[in-house]
Amino acid sequence: MSMLAKALTAAFGEELMLDTRQLPSTVVCCTLPREKFAEAAKILKKAYALLAAEWAVDETPFGRGFAVCACFRWGREYLIVKSELSADDPSFPSLTKKFLPAYRFERQMQSLMGVTPMGHPDMRPWIKFEDWPQDAYPLRKSFDATKSMPRVAGDYQWARAEGEGVYEIPVGPVHAGIIEPGHFRFQAVGEMIVNLEERLGYVHKGTEKRFEALSWKDGAKLAGRVSGDTTVAHSIAYSMAVESMTGCRVPERAHWLRAIFLERERIANHLGDIGAICNDAAFAFMLYQCSRLRELVLRMNNRLFGHRFIMDKVFPGGVGVDIDNSGRSDMQAELEALSSDFEKLVVIYDENASLEDRVRETGILKPEQARELCVVGIVARASGMNLDCRIFNPFPPYDQYDRIELDVPVKITGDVHARTYVRVEEVRESIRIIRYILENLPEGPIVIAPGIPESDTSGFAAVEGWRGEIIYWLQAGPAGEINRCMVRDPSSLNWLGLEQAIPGNIVPDFPLCNKSFNQSYSGHDL
Amino acid sequence: MMLGRLVTELLQVALLVGAAPLFVGWVRMLKCWTQGRTSASLLQPYRDLAKLFSKDVVLAENASWIFRFTPYLVFGTTIIAGAVVPMLTINLPLAPIADVIVLVGLFAIARFFTALAGMDIGTAFGGMGSSREMMVASLAEPAMLMAIFTVSLANKSTSLSHIAEVMYSGQSLLKPSLAFAFIAFILITLAETGRIPVDNPSTHLELTMLHEAMVLEYSGRHLALIEWAGMMKLFLFMALGSALFFPWGIAISDGPLEIAGAGIIILAKLAASGIVLVVIETGLAKMRLFRLTEFLGSAFLMATLGMLSFFILE
Repeated sequence: MSMLAKALTAAFGEELMLDTRQLPSTVVCCTLPREKFAEAAKILKKAYALLAAEWAVDETPFGRGFAVCACFRWGREYLIVKSELSADDPSFPSLTKKFLPAYRFERQMQSLMGVTPMGHPDMRPWIKFEDWPQDAYPLRKSFDATKSMPRVAGDYQWARAEGEGVYEIPVGPVHAGIIEPGHFRFQAVGEMIVNLEERLGYVHKGTEKRFEALSWKDGAKLAGRVSGDTTVAHSIAYSMAVESMTGCRVPERAHWLRAIFLERERIANHLGDIGAICNDAAFAFMLYQCSRLRELVLRMNNRLFGHRFIMDKVFPGGVGVDIDNSGRSDMQAELEALSSDFEKLVVIYDENASLEDRVRETGILKPEQARELCVVGIVARASGMNLDCRIFNPFPPYDQYDRIELDVPVKITGDVHARTYVRVEEVRESIRIIRYILENLPEGPIVIAPGIPESDTSGFAAVEGWRGEIIYWLQAGPAGEINRCMVRDPSSLNWLGLEQAIPGNIVPDFPLCNKSFNQSYSGHDL
Repeated sequence: MMLGRLVTELLQVALLVGAAPLFVGWVRMLKCWTQGRTSASLLQPYRDLAKLFSKDVVLAENASWIFRFTPYLVFGTTIIAGAVVPMLTINLPLAPIADVIVLVGLFAIARFFTALAGMDIGTAFGGMGSSREMMVASLAEPAMLMAIFTVSLANKSTSLSHIAEVMYSGQSLLKPSLAFAFIAFILITLAETGRIPVDNPSTHLELTMLHEAMVLEYSGRHLALIEWAGMMKLFLFMALGSALFFPWGIAISDGPLEIAGAGIIILAKLAASGIVLVVIETGLAKMRLFRLTEFLGSAFLMATLGMLSFFILE
């Protein structure tokens, strides 16, 4: 039994029930009465667990009420604590005081599902806007998604700083660059930022609700569109969650091909980011050169796999495109050229003093803050946290450590430079992994029938996308349809990291810091 | 005689107004090449200006006369500045109206009104830009004056025409004070014309902008005038550097052939200065805002060293 489950059993004894409907069996799900929900979090916090996700489920189709779930992570273990709530009093004790990221998860649960976190310090809506009716809860089964929402008058209270010389800078939601929308409000004294408050939700498309109207097969397509730049990782995570529910054993070759797609996505996005970070320090040379390399990777994707971002090529049961011998040698030649050009750019990055002056000591997210905020992925690894699903929750083929000896970079300074350099080293590592995979690609089929999940079971998968850990939690309804699809993009946690890394920096450094985080708006605003 | 000189004067202003976008196009073209890109045509800045002139002005409801007046004032002062910097000939009839100190003053007027206009609408970005621009001004203007005093001392005059004439005659060659003043002038030029590493003229990130943040609210012909004035300012600073430090090639008599030759030579000099500018800009990232004090402080220091070396050595 896992450490976290042991800690809970010791504290709660008989009250703790194991939920065997949760699949795969490596992920423990315990149910507790709702009064104990926060207490469990307290015990898990003492056991050094981090909060990975918190969400609510409408279980009325099963004749039950609502349920709240919190997923904790410690080392290689994931543990889900679930509490059932009655339909007429859907409230539960808030975890915010134990785990900071619960702050937004719970606001979101209240806004979209209408379950009330008791003792939450800030009940302003999140993602749902103030001009929607207060009692419209889109994620509830009783909500009709086909009707358009009436508009009401509403007001959003921003945090304000007061005192002499404090002024406010509103930025967004529509930005000057071609990026997604989000609002940032700065309180500044002179050029010094004293507070940054984010407001997101402008790209809310009702994605989680939409999953519930789709078949398991079509769900993979929607998952691939949760955040367009992470389409591969999201569809892998969704597919793995479905496969865990049906017990489908995906062919070995499909796993290895998925890893190629995943690493290519990582390389392409990291190249784009490294260039964009330098460009925000007005070092445009790197942007154009990195964009060139990124474009070459994307064109190769298009040529070999039929899509620049390899969208819709991963689905439950396997993958939709194979690679032949000539494709393999093309890709090897491409990686050779990419690697040598990339190393030249890294030298330029390393040796330019004016650039170094901008990226070092800027936008620091201290390791202790990173831990408190439970950030994941690149952001976590730049702030001294050794987290990577490919190592700590290895999904195939990364579970063959002795073959793919993954070396994940971890930096401790937590500044823009650290986040850039984690990317640099991950690009190298990804190139190495793809080369290894190409040489050792097992033969065999690439797809099998995925099967259909049984009613009232739930599946779970965590995949390391290029931003970090992506979690999917799926539940099958009474007729075996999708009852709930919880998507946790890394951005849901890491946006908080940005908010905390900014105060103390100067206003003109914000774009640079923001670019070094580069979180998804779409993936957050589900 | 006087009429001929007035024609030269007009020619020079026409050169400034007409060739400034070409110079900016040249700089952008070089920049693209150094970054490994194909570039837009040399004439692209003209097209941009034409586009802006053909667009309507969108004016904030609370815009005052300052906001509407500033583009014309900025454009006007830049043209006056262009009339006194010797580009084609040292015998400029308008040269006596303004010496080099007034020239600095002309730029200061334009900047003062741009900063007011930046705050006029009341947006956060405008005020932020104005405050940053004033910070740069407070550091750059003293350094600029100091550098100019050094050149004036070495050439015994504050009149630009006279300075160019003395430099041309070769009497001031090999003066160490001028070397210091030249280095200071380069640093100040980067700051005054909003180039990397001080400001990034091609950024879209409002929060990082200095000059651009002040003029974010402008549109249509107003923006065109401001952009055009900015191009002329860059052109002028290069021409000023040429007049102060490398006047060779400028016409000293009024012969039409000589003036035509001077026109070609000044364009060649500008083309070369564009190369230097692009080499500096490509190799550097933009400085963190508060590093500007060190940057412009060192410009001031260089200018002061120039002045000291004048008194000690010359």
